[in-house]
Amino acid sequence: MRATAASALGREAWARRLPLLPAFVYVFLVTQIPFVLTIYYSFFSWNLLKPGSFRFAGLENYGSIFTSESIRIAVWNTVLLTISVIGISVVLGLGVAMILNSEVFGKGLMRTLMIAPFLIMPTAGALIWKDTLLNPLFGLLPYLLSPFGLGRVDWVNQYPMVTVVTVEVWRWTPFMMLIILAGLQSQNPEVLEAARVDGANAIQSFRRITLPLVRPFIELGALLGSLFVVQTFDSIFMLTFGGPGEDTTNIPFLLYLVAFQGFSIGEASAIGVVAVIITTIVATLALRTLFSIFQIEARR
Amino acid sequence: MATTAIGLIVALAGAACSGAGGGGGGGSSKTITIAAVDNPQMADLKNLVSDFQSKHSDITVKIVTLPEDQLRQQVTQDVAANSGRYDLFTIGTYEVPLWAKKGWIENLSPYIAKDSSYDANDLIPGIRGALSYQNNLYAVPFYGESSMLMYRKDMLSAKGITLPDHPTWDQVAAAAKAVNTSSVSGICLRGLPGWGEQLAPLDTVVNTYGGRWFDEKWNAQLNQPEFKAAVNFYINLIKTAGEPGAGNAGFTECLNAYNNGKVAMWYDATVAASNFTGDAAKNSGYAFAPHVVKDWSGWLWAWALGMPSSSKKKDAAWNFADWATNKDYIKLVGQKLGWAHVPPGTRTSTYSIPEYQQAAGAFAQVTVDSIAHADVTKPTVQPVPYVGVQYVDIDEFQQLGDQVSQEFAKVIAGGQTVDQAIAKAQSLATAVGKKYQT
Amino acid sequence: MRPKLLKSALGWLVVFVFFFPVLWMWLEALKTEPQAASSPPTIFFAPTLEEFQTVLSGDFPPYFINSAIASILSTFLVVALGLPAAYALAIRPVKRSRDVLFFFISTRFLPFAASLVPLYLLARDLHLLDNIFALALIYTTINLPLGVWLLRSFLLEIPHDLFEAARVDGAQFRHEILRIVVPLIAPGIAATSLICLIFSWNEFFYAVNFTSSEAATAPLFLVSFISGRGLFYAKLAAAATLASLPVLLAGWIAQKQLIRGLTMGAVK
Repeated sequence: MRATAASALGREAWARRLPLLPAFVYVFLVTQIPFVLTIYYSFFSWNLLKPGSFRFAGLENYGSIFTSESIRIAVWNTVLLTISVIGISVVLGLGVAMILNSEVFGKGLMRTLMIAPFLIMPTAGALIWKDTLLNPLFGLLPYLLSPFGLGRVDWVNQYPMVTVVTVEVWRWTPFMMLIILAGLQSQNPEVLEAARVDGANAIQSFRRITLPLVRPFIELGALLGSLFVVQTFDSIFMLTFGGPGEDTTNIPFLLYLVAFQGFSIGEASAIGVVAVIITTIVATLALRTLFSIFQIEARR
Repeated sequence: MATTAIGLIVALAGAACSGAGGGGGGGSSKTITIAAVDNPQMADLKNLVSDFQSKHSDITVKIVTLPEDQLRQQVTQDVAANSGRYDLFTIGTYEVPLWAKKGWIENLSPYIAKDSSYDANDLIPGIRGALSYQNNLYAVPFYGESSMLMYRKDMLSAKGITLPDHPTWDQVAAAAKAVNTSSVSGICLRGLPGWGEQLAPLDTVVNTYGGRWFDEKWNAQLNQPEFKAAVNFYINLIKTAGEPGAGNAGFTECLNAYNNGKVAMWYDATVAASNFTGDAAKNSGYAFAPHVVKDWSGWLWAWALGMPSSSKKKDAAWNFADWATNKDYIKLVGQKLGWAHVPPGTRTSTYSIPEYQQAAGAFAQVTVDSIAHADVTKPTVQPVPYVGVQYVDIDEFQQLGDQVSQEFAKVIAGGQTVDQAIAKAQSLATAVGKKYQT
Repeated sequence: MRPKLLKSALGWLVVFVFFFPVLWMWLEALKTEPQAASSPPTIFFAPTLEEFQTVLSGDFPPYFINSAIASILSTFLVVALGLPAAYALAIRPVKRSRDVLFFFISTRFLPFAASLVPLYLLARDLHLLDNIFALALIYTTINLPLGVWLLRSFLLEIPHDLFEAARVDGAQFRHEILRIVVPLIAPGIAATSLICLIFSWNEFFYAVNFTSSEAATAPLFLVSFISGRGLFYAKLAAAATLASLPVLLAGWIAQKQLIRGLTMGAVK
């Protein structure tokens, strides 16, 4: 009797688990096992251009990573890029969201046009910026700036990081705007009205009521955004190809260079491991926030 | 074990999907895939493919054109992985001996021997040598080139400047500065990072200054005075009289600028002159590669069709390579697209075609003479342990050259000094040289 | 009235700045090549569809079709695998479902650096490089965690009683899913699909490293413009416009689902 009950329970448990399995197994196989292999390869020296070069190298790859200037530069560029893109686009996104949340003409159309940069294929967007807007010979911006003596500025090469940040901010501001706008719209207008009656001016009511209310949304946008911006590859590939020098080489791009230009499998794997460690730190923070937002739901 | 498991799943899924997708391939007709460098000659070839297909109706040709840098990366990846994605690719004199040695590309001599109409002896000897390994031809030239100086005679003579056939770099720099205005730059020199872009012209300047990458014992020589002087000269010339946006200017960008009258002079591949239009075609003068110490400092390069050993359609691939590089193709281009479009620098017989002589007269002789005088084994004044005029024929050079040219691009953009760039380049080259010191 | 006007003007100015590159892309695409590469830039011109024709009659369509195959197939797989999993996590939670959920979502944020090299070597050895279906499988991996998470959040909104009622009716599990769940979360599936389509349509890193010719997707067509091919700005703009069009339209039409999807269901 008890055995039957147990087996029925077991069957019930399996019936519950079964729908989960295909997705779980698939994700596990395609992400976890390759990662283990990445760790494994990181202890070997192997260049695909040199058949027969596969040999155990111990910590050699890590040694060369931590002594090489390239990875330091790449980490710095990644941090710089992520922080400036997220910081600027959150501020801009907040501003635009507040305008869109107030009484303005053509609100719907404004929002529609505003989100276009986020939807445009990143490779296409970067190319348009580089070749039709910033090109020193034929581009629009140097032409418009020529009365100010900036007509021959070669933005992409002379200010490579500024260019990449600009293009990425252009792309991520709409993202931030959408999230923050959703937060603002969940705000009860009566509370604001009450505050106004209370005698609070615009700045005070922004700081005391609006900001605390949209803060979780800003955090969410910033964290989700940074997980994507940390991985920026498209626009760097199209705009600067990591250069000049190593001025815009971030971790993903360095990995690309080592793996697919230098074909150094071992070293690329070691960079991969380091990238995972860094990202895990950021992602843990992000997920904690995400879970706190979901907390009420998760308890259900 | 684990790898096998995923492998199995992925393979099964892939097989299932491709079964479901259907439509692709099959039948008795063959599809050959060719990876080709994106340049005007290849664009011409694409326009003429119908001629090949009318002769070989059983072969479908798929040509993938990619910019030089991407092409090189894709093709290297493909051939190193032995993946057989391509049946033919355009490779240069840099790749051919290296890859032939590794067995990555097919020896084409047996195919040529079977093909009486091919006439390999007609290929220009210098180019032929550069594409051979142990006296066998491993790739067939689609075109060959050296480098030369092209200039707008009208723009220079407006300032009362004429250039001799063999100008010195000082004369060229003086002329460039004289004609440089806010709307027209003096000279276009490649600044786009990449060993096949910026470093090609720059290396010829290094050579003529007497610099070299390595001494006979593989000690890096980038920090030597000759090398430094050459880099200083090149970058200063770009900064004072070069094109705007030099950091992004490669062959095509310079061609655009020159054709649009945005630059008065241009030092680049001899092949460039066949693409001139309008005023550029009418008013251009041509001079041999400018020199300082070493005479005849033009580079030597050929784009050639090579066949990866992994190709499963070698006979069909050879049919195509044959069609694209034999004498008939040259005539086909001349008749269908105009004689100025003929890919130069491959066959001696091209230069005795009257129509071609007439169309390309102004630069044909410069091209042939420059190719004839370029020697891949003696690129500079002092002896070197490597072959190659504007490159060092070792595996590591692609990455080394790319990194070094990125450093120079940073100098062009104003991000660092020549000395800082040279110091980094020297340490990069030293690390590579060590691998060859025994 | 005055503040409204002022705010509107400011708002429109900002929107104009952000939208301008898109507008400029369209304008360039409607020019002829000499107009697009003129200096100073041409502002007034007679629009022509010439370059769109060039792009569409030239090499572009295969790239576009590849993008469509990879995006649609991977989106289909995400929903097919993700819906049952989301069901198991939301309606009849398995033990430790929180941990499982955490596992799923953490893989979404694993940098591609983590698995790139082994996946590349595997694809190489199985001759799956430059295979559009292999690329679709990779996109499935990228989007599945997001899909599970999103679908779960939609399922949680369905009143629990419905499922109980169905079970009392003796409805089998399979029927339960088909009859009750699917119709109710159709909007959720739509939102999930939209996000998956956007991410896989715009994806570049795997496309550039795992494909070259046969399976090359739309972004790769654009790469061939990096180092030019003569006067090319109008053609480039036309290609960029076409490549961006599906996602742009989808995103514009489904703005509400977009927000929900982008925030992983956190913002409704």
